[in-house]
Amino acid sequence: MTLLALCYVTQDGIMAKRIVILGGGTGGTLSANRLRRLCPGNDVEIVVVDQNDDHVYQPGLLFVPFGLTHSTEIVRSRRHQLHKGIEFRLVPVERVDIQSDIVHLGDGTELSYDALVVASGSVLVEEETEGLTGPGWMEKVFTFYDVGGAAALHDALEGFDGGRLVVNVVDMPIKCPVAPLEFCFLADWFFQRVGIRDRVELTYVTPLDGAFTKPVAAKALAGLLEEKGVALVTEFNTGEVDGSAGRLISYDGREVGFDLAVVVPLHGGASYVARSPGLGDELGFVPVDEHTLQSMAKPNVFAIGDAAGVPTSKAGSVTHFEGEILVENVRRFLAGEPLDGSFDGHTNCFIETGFGKALLIDFNYDTEPLPGHFPTSVGLPLLKESRLNHLGKLMFQPLYWHSLLPGHDLPGVGTAMPTQGKHIQSVP
Amino acid sequence: MSSAIYGGTTVEVNDEGFFEDPGKWTEAMAPEIAKAQGIDVLTEHHWQVIKFMRAEYIEKGSGPTVRVLGKTSGVSIKELYQLFPKGPAKTAAKIAGIPKPRGCI
Repeated sequence: MTLLALCYVTQDGIMAKRIVILGGGTGGTLSANRLRRLCPGNDVEIVVVDQNDDHVYQPGLLFVPFGLTHSTEIVRSRRHQLHKGIEFRLVPVERVDIQSDIVHLGDGTELSYDALVVASGSVLVEEETEGLTGPGWMEKVFTFYDVGGAAALHDALEGFDGGRLVVNVVDMPIKCPVAPLEFCFLADWFFQRVGIRDRVELTYVTPLDGAFTKPVAAKALAGLLEEKGVALVTEFNTGEVDGSAGRLISYDGREVGFDLAVVVPLHGGASYVARSPGLGDELGFVPVDEHTLQSMAKPNVFAIGDAAGVPTSKAGSVTHFEGEILVENVRRFLAGEPLDGSFDGHTNCFIETGFGKALLIDFNYDTEPLPGHFPTSVGLPLLKESRLNHLGKLMFQPLYWHSLLPGHDLPGVGTAMPTQGKHIQSVP
Repeated sequence: MSSAIYGGTTVEVNDEGFFEDPGKWTEAMAPEIAKAQGIDVLTEHHWQVIKFMRAEYIEKGSGPTVRVLGKTSGVSIKELYQLFPKGPAKTAAKIAGIPKPRGCI
């Protein structure tokens, strides 16, 4: 390929390289802002494409059903989170031709690129589960994983006067795997507050063989469920949701009855990924090297956040930690330098447990969540309920808009997982 | 770690019964592993899934999850549960001598 083919002439007559970022959510926004700072000259053009202008602060979705925040408080303009010198295109993506380095857009135009960053997150695929969107959907079967669902569930919880409430994860992967557990904890708190807890039977139904994937955290979280009177049904692979009769039916024929079901639907990658030959896997996620975030299919393609097929949680903290390495690798790729392979799968989640308390977990590809303190021995308590963690979770929302999205480092929170302060010896 | 004897050969398996070294597996061991999982006879359909799991593992380094198996193996999730009632991905991986499918985290 000649150098000319890689360059574009900007309006100022300068030969520039173009980085196209698909998705203006957490990963796309922080990547664009960091890249703009890393490559301040006008020889690099940065274009962000998204089909709408609604940037949702997704951790806030958990609080909407319980009236702790309102859906309007967690949505802002995508365009306004992007710094000067970044072009925003409000248009759906039709498909990507990774062989020709061209994005085909929904308005019939094309956008060629030197480097592509797939940051289009994951989407809910409710229709893949039999009956889920059938009778009872949005009447007694809800999800809080999107803004409309969370708001509708708020009304349903306000009107709920007792009965069986089940929280069901259909199958992994899902965004923020701890959120459905947090929903259970907050539901326990919510019904105690309104004085009907004794009339509500809470059940958590999961396809996993425990409350969570990692043994030490699974044990701690199962203990919390028990303490709060939430029944746990494991290895339940939901095959059908029968809204009219009020029952979840597993593929192996087991049933769990409900009066109100809160279902976390199956997730997949953005729909254009499936229309782009060679780009994604069977579920529409983009397979990338787990340490460099470079696509296995094409060296000028990268993925970040929920869109990336890497073996760690789909969570904003992961996206944040990936950001620093991703932008450096895009820069290095364009400069012809070897990539930085240091992403370690670092994940950090506050787990709201109700009554003004929260737990904190911190882990990576190799180390499961352990007790101790974060980020050092005098920091926030890990795997233990505390008011400090709850305050940390609340404080995170302003940090998200004003530090994380603009691409600044958060004080005391590094990209690599810290080990200082953790009780490594407590691993069984 | 412990060991198990299949087809007269001793192999190392982990605490959940998955092969430590998938290279030690032979087709002749499969019926015996299946019996221990409550599957008395391996039909052609079982074999279709077992061979698919193994091929995917060799290509990608991890066996597929149930959902991916339903999309790619040519056998629907409902049928997969009829074949492997205790959980298709886990049971078929065990019989195919590959590690537990890396479910997502």
